[in-house]
Amino acid sequence: MGGCCRSAHGGTHTITPHSNRSMQTIESPICSTPENVFVNLQRHSFQGMNEQAILPHLFRTEYRKIVSVLCALFGIEHVETAEDIVSDTFLSATELWSIKGFPENPTAWLYTVAKNKTKNYLKRNAAFQQKFAPEIKYTAGKAEEMEIDLSPKNIQDSQLAMMFTVCNPCIATDAQVSLALSLLCGFGVQEIADAFLTNKDVIYKRLNRAKEKLKSERIAIEQPGAAEIDNRLDPVLTTLYLLYSEGYYSTSQNTVLRKDLCGEAMRLTMLLIQNPLTNKPAVNALYALMCFHASRFDARINETGETVLYEDQDTRLWDLSLIETGTAYLNLAATGNRLSQYHLEAGIAFWHTQHEDIPEKWENILHLYNHLLQICYSPIAALNRTFALAKTNGKKEAILEAEKLKLTDNHFYFSLLGHLYTGISHTKALEHFKTALVLAHSPADKATITRNIERLMEA
Amino acid sequence: MNEFLIIIHRDMTSRDASPSPEQMQAAIKPFQDWIGGIAAQNKLAQPPKRWDGGGRVVKHNNTVTNGPYAEIKESIGGVIMIKAEDYDDAVEIAKGCPILQWGAVVEVRMAVPTP
Repeated sequence: MGGCCRSAHGGTHTITPHSNRSMQTIESPICSTPENVFVNLQRHSFQGMNEQAILPHLFRTEYRKIVSVLCALFGIEHVETAEDIVSDTFLSATELWSIKGFPENPTAWLYTVAKNKTKNYLKRNAAFQQKFAPEIKYTAGKAEEMEIDLSPKNIQDSQLAMMFTVCNPCIATDAQVSLALSLLCGFGVQEIADAFLTNKDVIYKRLNRAKEKLKSERIAIEQPGAAEIDNRLDPVLTTLYLLYSEGYYSTSQNTVLRKDLCGEAMRLTMLLIQNPLTNKPAVNALYALMCFHASRFDARINETGETVLYEDQDTRLWDLSLIETGTAYLNLAATGNRLSQYHLEAGIAFWHTQHEDIPEKWENILHLYNHLLQICYSPIAALNRTFALAKTNGKKEAILEAEKLKLTDNHFYFSLLGHLYTGISHTKALEHFKTALVLAHSPADKATITRNIERLMEA
Repeated sequence: MNEFLIIIHRDMTSRDASPSPEQMQAAIKPFQDWIGGIAAQNKLAQPPKRWDGGGRVVKHNNTVTNGPYAEIKESIGGVIMIKAEDYDDAVEIAKGCPILQWGAVVEVRMAVPTP
């Protein structure tokens, strides 16, 4: 995993990054139980939904499915063809449905039209057919006879296969996450750009470069064999972890979008859990970690948009059902002989869901951080570990340990020192908070540090 | 940064071994915290392993005996590979080994930089 862990460790102390945005009580996938993420989006489909909302909703749930099936059918060389056919299908739906009204079963309509468009495409493009038809798995030689299997099973298999392709380490992790959002989550380029706080051009280029790379490396769209599953799964989990972190820690102002990213990461992780081949302990641990973090989504930002530090959070806002679900998956993860980074992080997150500040809680958190740092160092984990040390062994010992970290370009480092010196040396605490303020970039971080300084002055 | 071996020697053979099993038990958490502190500084060269205390001793003439090495009192109780600037830095880290207070001896050896 190396340096790619970014900031998702623990993520909950006084020193971890948070967004500054107001949290409206919008019904969002990860506000409800994780199971509902899928149920809400896929089964209850249209009840109570106004007509204008149906098509964007279908785009969101069905685009990615058809794209995955067609990609798996055509191979990575023709990913754009697959995307074009599905986009064209939705364009037809937009045009026809606005005139003729909605078909009885819109999803079935989309599947039929997508199938027909694929067959027509193959017929029209004799060159495509001649050149590539032999490579197409299901072809019977003629396009008309080709079976395009949009059964739930094949959709799921294709999506799983696509996950392994998209999360191939031959492309950069940022590109993996972007590509996952595009192909596996049906996000538009603008939405991806918003998530990464950049513009559409950057994302277009990133996506295209990534696709070209996958093509030139001839990455097959297929599920890995059982023997190689552990190795192949690692980069997939890294990408899902980053996708989740992108949502959870993003400085993006769009709360709905951020929750969406987290919800998508959870959905894709659940896809892995639902398949016996990929239902590994580390996957369950990652899912547990996501549930525990998501349980605090609404508590960590207040109504005026400020970050609420872990110790100040209104625990009544913690989502108990997500904590329960996370605990269940953490128990499921407790098998096998491989202790992953996600096990340790989920363990840390689990202890954070315990309200009471009992010594056992911080002893366990410290113990888990000690382990985590041995297999996966990150500055944030080092800082959080020192925070836990202060809780178990006292501030004086923690100060000695903190000063050894020497993370002098990191504002969280100085915030930690500010906290540790609070109550010990007013001057030093103030000095450290001020240094933190100079080093911090985001308005959210600056606001948090300013508030710490104000508190210190009041004390 | 250079790599260093931190070798913890302790008496594992005699009846009144130092540290005693009770002392070792009490040292587990401080030991974990010590390792965690090194890891937090990103100065672990490798995740530490636990080494079996028994071992085998091989000598000339294919003589193999059960270890630990019986003719000296102190055996290797643990080996940790760290990264440090220099001997001073490595020694500072080694001083934190909590088993020292129970009579262990810590040896610090720098890996000779490959030219």
